[in-house]
Amino acid sequence: MQEAELQAYRDKLKCSFGQIEECFEDYVQDALRNLTNRGVDQYLSGASLICMIGRGWEPVSIYLEEMPEMANRLGEPILEIISKSVWDMSRTPNGKAILPFMQCLPEASRRLGTLEQMRHFLDILFEMMDTTTTSVHGHHKTHSSQGFPVLLNHIPFLLNQLSLEGLKNWIEYGTRNYSNHPERQKDYFGLQSADSKAMLQRERHGTLYMDIERKLDMYLRSMWEDESYFVPYSQGFDELRKPVPYYDKLGIRIPDVYDDRNGVSGLDRYRVTIAHIAAHRRWTSAIIADNLSPFQRLAIEHLEDSRVEYLMMKEYPGLRKLLLALHPKPVEDDCDPEKESCIRHRLAMLSRAILDKDHGYKNEHILDFVERFHIALENGESGIKEMADLAVLFIARTRLQSDQSPHIRFENTEVDYRDDNRHMWKFIEQGDEEEAFEDHRDAKAEELEHEGLPPRHYPEWDYHTSTYKPDWVSLYESIHPSANASDIDEILEKHKVLAKQLKHILDLLKPQQFVRVRYQEEGSELDLDIAIRSLIDYKCGAQPDPRINMSHKHDGRDIAVMLLLDLSASLNDIPQGSAQSILQLSQEAVSLLAWTIEQLGDKYAIAGFHSDTRHNVRYYHLKGYSEQLDDRVKARLAAMDAGFSTRMGGAIRHASHYLEAQKADKKLMLILTDGEPSDIDVEDEKYLISDTKKAIDEISSRGMFSYCISLDKKADDYIQDIFGPGGYTVIDHVEKLPEKLPLLFTALTS
Amino acid sequence: MTDIDIEQYRISEEPYYQPHEDEIECYTAAYEARLPVMIKGPTGCGKSRFVEHMAWKLGKPLITVACNEDMTASDLVGRYLLDANGTRWLDGPLTIAARIGAICYLDEIVEARQDTTVVIHPLTDHRRQLPLDKKGELIDAHEDFQLVISYNPGYQSLMKDLKQSTKQRFNALEFDYPDAKTETSIVEKESGTDADTAARLVKVAHTARNLKGHGLDEGISTRLLVYAATLMNKGIEAKRACRMALVRPITDDADIRSTLDHSIDSIFG
Repeated sequence: MQEAELQAYRDKLKCSFGQIEECFEDYVQDALRNLTNRGVDQYLSGASLICMIGRGWEPVSIYLEEMPEMANRLGEPILEIISKSVWDMSRTPNGKAILPFMQCLPEASRRLGTLEQMRHFLDILFEMMDTTTTSVHGHHKTHSSQGFPVLLNHIPFLLNQLSLEGLKNWIEYGTRNYSNHPERQKDYFGLQSADSKAMLQRERHGTLYMDIERKLDMYLRSMWEDESYFVPYSQGFDELRKPVPYYDKLGIRIPDVYDDRNGVSGLDRYRVTIAHIAAHRRWTSAIIADNLSPFQRLAIEHLEDSRVEYLMMKEYPGLRKLLLALHPKPVEDDCDPEKESCIRHRLAMLSRAILDKDHGYKNEHILDFVERFHIALENGESGIKEMADLAVLFIARTRLQSDQSPHIRFENTEVDYRDDNRHMWKFIEQGDEEEAFEDHRDAKAEELEHEGLPPRHYPEWDYHTSTYKPDWVSLYESIHPSANASDIDEILEKHKVLAKQLKHILDLLKPQQFVRVRYQEEGSELDLDIAIRSLIDYKCGAQPDPRINMSHKHDGRDIAVMLLLDLSASLNDIPQGSAQSILQLSQEAVSLLAWTIEQLGDKYAIAGFHSDTRHNVRYYHLKGYSEQLDDRVKARLAAMDAGFSTRMGGAIRHASHYLEAQKADKKLMLILTDGEPSDIDVEDEKYLISDTKKAIDEISSRGMFSYCISLDKKADDYIQDIFGPGGYTVIDHVEKLPEKLPLLFTALTS
Repeated sequence: MTDIDIEQYRISEEPYYQPHEDEIECYTAAYEARLPVMIKGPTGCGKSRFVEHMAWKLGKPLITVACNEDMTASDLVGRYLLDANGTRWLDGPLTIAARIGAICYLDEIVEARQDTTVVIHPLTDHRRQLPLDKKGELIDAHEDFQLVISYNPGYQSLMKDLKQSTKQRFNALEFDYPDAKTETSIVEKESGTDADTAARLVKVAHTARNLKGHGLDEGISTRLLVYAATLMNKGIEAKRACRMALVRPITDDADIRSTLDHSIDSIFG
């Protein structure tokens, strides 16, 4: 290039960093190769713009280096879009993010491939940046987004895992929930927090293990008569070493997601993987590994894999189609033994040739060994020993100097439905004694840690997006502490008059042991009315009704009740005109109710709950279905205490799983609360209300009734939204609660 | 009461039956001693066919009653009916069998109400008598009479079980689906299909039977296999016939359906 021409380009680039001069000519050459004349002008003016933002040399150099190629791939408008975006970014407090932004662009452009997609991608990024850039006072945004640079660093990984749509959902979830919590925002976008991973999992493409778990269980059981656990592992987070399916005595490890491949659906890929493992479990026995070289072992593994697959296809010929589609098809002359190690390539060819009759390979060794393999399996199952002999021979025959080379050819040799065959080997020498000692100690330490009930996780409904937040609430269940049981007896004594009145009502309600069943052809007694009518018919010559008997049958109440008590701090309030706190009144009411239900003989359980953020919802067991209202239960009731907040959804979901397990015609969940659902980590009032409503919907769709007794005078604003019309009562005079509650219950269930 | 046509209860042609073990000898011995027999086993495994076969072999008439939950004792024993001249007694199937010396086969006996099953008690012990209390008659059973009941212990609920007092009056033969080889030959013989197809059908049945208790109440029966093979003979494509005869009838569960469909694809692939 002419000096003058170059100088003309240099003049268009308004930037004075010294580093430019060194490689400016290369940049221009590159740009001229990739861009039109107009494009080159845009390129240089874009670089000048980035130079002006005053963020040093590095952004400029990335722009100069990467943009020509990117513009060639996506089209030239991208030049201006990027320089403009960077300029806009520099006008916000997010200047620090410019460098990571520039760095993620080349990878993103390669992944996305079109200008349209790239535009969407940039829109997503900048929307995230805007919403997470905050101000403390006033409306000018003054604080930079904490999550944005972290997000940019993870873009290559994320694009690898998610579609653009999925990325958008994942980012929006993060901004919505953590927009005003910088540290958590960083954790989320850095893929550190649990819900970030859970959301990522949900947005991933492919067939998720958890969606088809039951089908796979049934597959293993029905077709392989095998029982084992599946333990899914994630392929998303192990970058260095790609995990491979395997099994040991703890279960079968399989990936948590499979994409469709070569026309085979994710579900069928799971089935093939499981079939392969099940075939090993059925036909493979371990052999001693110590005397075999790594190559020999590799070959034995390949042949043994082929053998179990052969047997498997004998049983289920339909699997062949799937295996043919999934097994790589190495091209014979692809691997050059002069340059790289062909050991894997050769074995993959052998394995393909055994599987596929139309392999078309010409290598005489391969052909020879395929035939030997088929001869070995002609009669019966053969065995791993025979395969081992065959494999050792194959290695001896085809051995090349270059097999030892560190450049092993991997392309087209990985059979991804096969497991890692760790079960095939027995090692006699395990290792040094010292290490074994260490192992032993670790195991013991771990054992000690497992004490107390682990938390249960429940989802929570997010009405903004109409989706569940996975595993959002951690619920700890424990038995309520005990106090003096006689306190409850005193309460019952105090309300003796009320109890007497109740007793009247209860006697009326008590199930009549027998009901009459009339119109029976056979029965225990003659039903006179009908008998006479029949006789008249008979005398008149008409066909008499032969069903003139009646019998009796048992009729019982069959109700299971779950009484769920809100034990939040507001219970300690003393309502106007009362000498007792709401807690004491509730305690009396609950004691009386328990006594009432006990009299009626219905099954019931009592539990209490309160919450201290979503990480700590406590669920107290007061009385279980199998317990009587004895001193132990009374002691727990006597110790009822109030504190913290009211996160109702998780508690309802937990209580419902106990109630659901009861065998009864009618299942009723009674919820006694003094206020709306709330918690200190939730600002949006509607959020927990809508979650509670969702929880109520869930339990009613599973055949349970719910009824709420609210002591909150202002409850009318929200309670109907949650429990629906007719699903609640608001008790204005709290001091009347002890007498109201049992009456209410009897009215509800009679 | 002699106007009953015994011939209609006789079995003229040999019903095909492939013995699993020594059940034919056992049954014959029980019949010779006129001991009542109970046959247990899952649905469609050949219980009824076995009884038919034995009746044919022994040359005795067979009266079969399919029990249901609305059946009363008078449905078995008989009842008075009204006619123009007043009332007339009509024998029930059990009474007829006791009079003419037939084998009375009560199919799926647990379906009947418990008070109904009690009426068979006097017939099944040393008395061998059937009291008709409404009619005031006591019938001594014909010397050829034998009572056979069948039931399926598997799918019925806890509420429906035989009383101990009933159970303890019977000898029991336990049936199960035959082993793969026998079942293959049964399917082959019954439907006229070839051995390979029959073997594949049996394999499909085995995959389903492994799911019993894990979402399926009952596995695919031999009877359904014969249906599937028959459909194939009528020109339905194999996989389609299997879906229609083997999978769709036994389950409404989408997961099980997909698993069984896959096993059909694998086996007929």
